[in-house]
Amino acid sequence: MKLRRFLTSLIAPLLGVVVSIAVTAAILVFIHASVSGVFSAMLKYGTSPRAETLILNLATTYFLSALAVAIGFKMNLFNIGVNGQYVLGAVAAGAVAGNLTLPKPISLTITILVAMIVGAAWAGVAAWLKVSRGVSEVISTIMLNFIAIAIISFAIIRTSVGTETAMNIRGTKVIPESGMLRGSAFIDPKTKVYGFFFVTIFIGLLYWFVLNRTRFGYDLRATGHSASAARVSGIEAKRMTTITMLISGALAGLVGLPYLLGDAASYNLNFPTDWGFTGIAIALLGRNNPLGIAFGALLWAFLDVSSGQLILEGVPREITTIMQGLIVFVVVMSYEIVRRNQIKSEQNRVAKALEAQAVSA
Amino acid sequence: MSAQGSDCIKMNSEAPAVELRGIWKRFPGVIANSDINLSVTKGTVHAIIGENGAGKSTLMKILYGMQEPDEGTILINGTELDFESPADAIEAGIGMVHQHFMLADNFTVLENIILGSEPHNGPLINFTAARTKINDIAALNGLSINADALVATLGVGDRQRIEILKVLYRGAKILILDEPTAVLVPHEVNELFDTLRELKKAGNTIIFISHKLDEVLAIADEITVIRRGTTVGAVNPRETRVSSEDLAVMMVGSELPTPETPGNTIRDEVVLDVEHLSVISPSGKAIVDDISFSIRSGEIVGIAGVEGNGQAEILDALMGIVESTGTVKFKLEDISDLSTRKRRELGIGFIPEDRQRQALLLNAPLWENRMLGQQTVAPNSKGLLLTPKSAKADTERIVKQFDVRTPGINVLASALSGGNQQKLIVGREMSGEPKLLIAAHPTRGIDVGAQAAIWDHLRHAREAGLAVLLISADLDELIGMSDTIKVLLRGRFVADANPSTVTPEQLGTAMTGAGKVSA
Repeated sequence: MKLRRFLTSLIAPLLGVVVSIAVTAAILVFIHASVSGVFSAMLKYGTSPRAETLILNLATTYFLSALAVAIGFKMNLFNIGVNGQYVLGAVAAGAVAGNLTLPKPISLTITILVAMIVGAAWAGVAAWLKVSRGVSEVISTIMLNFIAIAIISFAIIRTSVGTETAMNIRGTKVIPESGMLRGSAFIDPKTKVYGFFFVTIFIGLLYWFVLNRTRFGYDLRATGHSASAARVSGIEAKRMTTITMLISGALAGLVGLPYLLGDAASYNLNFPTDWGFTGIAIALLGRNNPLGIAFGALLWAFLDVSSGQLILEGVPREITTIMQGLIVFVVVMSYEIVRRNQIKSEQNRVAKALEAQAVSA
Repeated sequence: MSAQGSDCIKMNSEAPAVELRGIWKRFPGVIANSDINLSVTKGTVHAIIGENGAGKSTLMKILYGMQEPDEGTILINGTELDFESPADAIEAGIGMVHQHFMLADNFTVLENIILGSEPHNGPLINFTAARTKINDIAALNGLSINADALVATLGVGDRQRIEILKVLYRGAKILILDEPTAVLVPHEVNELFDTLRELKKAGNTIIFISHKLDEVLAIADEITVIRRGTTVGAVNPRETRVSSEDLAVMMVGSELPTPETPGNTIRDEVVLDVEHLSVISPSGKAIVDDISFSIRSGEIVGIAGVEGNGQAEILDALMGIVESTGTVKFKLEDISDLSTRKRRELGIGFIPEDRQRQALLLNAPLWENRMLGQQTVAPNSKGLLLTPKSAKADTERIVKQFDVRTPGINVLASALSGGNQQKLIVGREMSGEPKLLIAAHPTRGIDVGAQAAIWDHLRHAREAGLAVLLISADLDELIGMSDTIKVLLRGRFVADANPSTVTPEQLGTAMTGAGKVSA
């Protein structure tokens, strides 16, 4: 039954990809572009070593973001505040790391902890509001996003957190090489796979372990399954909400680090600030499962990276945005359909098995 | 209508009000109805009886258009009809009085009755017309009502009459009553029966679903028995003498099991000692009002009461799920301030009222459900880590020992039938040698076999020294299983009853506050 469940869970994502390719093809025909030309160009570029490296790097970021969202989803908490949490985490990490001259392992440990603590603290505000005041985390986290962005702009422009880094751009002090995690160029000789890629794999495994093998993970999943049953079983809802929100925030705090430590070295005002929303989409795609999220992140990153090629084909690159939207749309819809059918078909199988037992008995 | 002639002529000349031929309905996991054949004579009370889970409710849903049969035909007054929705059934003159009332508390009786089919002049509701029509119907059917009373102020019996009126108002001549007596105390049942006789006199046909045999024999002109989804027989109690034992045998295929706890196993050790327990609702009302009691090892204490008199709140307070005042001592230790989890860890098992909402993770496999509520102790976890291997092994044990019918422990809890879900819950809550079991309706809505098995397990645990607090709406179960019965009314204990002498009728009367029972 386990294998069957696994196989049927693949139906939805496959359907999503197929439908989105079909609709995209229709749009391409509509705007008089060459369908095969566009797709083959995307595929050709997307599988080049340089693009593969870029995809891995971007997917690393997306994976962390989706993980932060997913752990909340697991117990029906909707953390829309990953954006705010990660930009604050990244600024804090950048500011601290920029002033550190310590051996690499120590420096990195401090940087990572700072990012996680700041991310968690920001999410903690939403957790506190929810637990003590009953404020929906959807509302509070989205508001906290705006506040975070405002705080950062202020800190970088008006305070000593920001300095003139290069070419009239203000940002956190440039992190010395000893504090960076640049990674290695093992796919494309000229482009490095972020060092954080490997850290992220470890985090993914840890996430799986915590969720499936610890009491905390069980409590979390039980709360997501049925809040009422969880309460009767002795799980304290407020405590779970607080802890989960803090973990989600801590994970979110990491989202900016692959890029900050692998490439940017300084948080400046050009640092992307919307990876949190991408994380929501990918968490939905990956069904909150780390493996699913990994594939979702790779797919998303592939579309993002290869979209650059579309301009060369004379096609607007927004086509990929449409594809991404369609995939999420179809996948979320078909998940629900598959889920219902799964429950039904399982009930049928159980009934049949029991009938067979009864007959043979 | 020529129904005033002799019975014989009526039966031959007039088509039955309702006739079902070869009805089949399959659901995932169960065949709810197989080859149902049924004929309801016009102007009679026709009882459909069967155990919980025998398929009565499904059959009624089919008849009321809420579900379409997979096979078979429905004939209403001799005409074959296809119901795609309740609207079709209403059109055909069929009305359903649900077991759970569907009334708006803050509306008057009149408003409730016309809700959804208001007579109107343009955009305005024509209250005068509505009132006339309702009064006419009430007079015709011998129903007395005050159309302007607020439903919130009315009792259960009155609410049921409103439900019946609602159905008549929509033009129903065939009324389906789904377990109408389940929510009533004995004297209200008698009132209902008077109402039904009046309805019959006015020319209506009544289909009465129940599993209470005495009631059926008291009111029904015709009886159809359903067992395991199929019609196993039809009797006419007006012509042939049948006893409730005969019906019981037809219903279950064997003698009815009776709950019984032989002998006295009560020991000296007090397991649970409750003093001055109160639960105050957010609106400031005392839902549980200063109650005290104790349970000793090997004792089953039953609480009798009409639902909504504070039973659920007592349980929640004892489990630490709701806030309460007073002291709760478990084996001499004050646990009043402990969390639910701590209480469970001390050895308190809990079978909650609503198994699907409170006791199961429906979309999780059985072995994960086995952990629920005991996720902090062996065999489910060690330290902070889960131990799935031993949890699975122990789930296999429960499945075997408690006869949970399932192909395996990896199936989702939602795939099991209610009875098997409940057996899993009982098995789980009795694992780890609890000292106290708090059980609400442990056998509600499950089949006879599972019911007998659960009673057996309770009996054995009692002999081994388990203290049990039992809450049940099934008075036979309560009387049969308990060593002591306390009657709960509006959050207070109003009487004690001796289970070896009290009758269900006496208990039922005491539950309404009308009478006293001997201690």
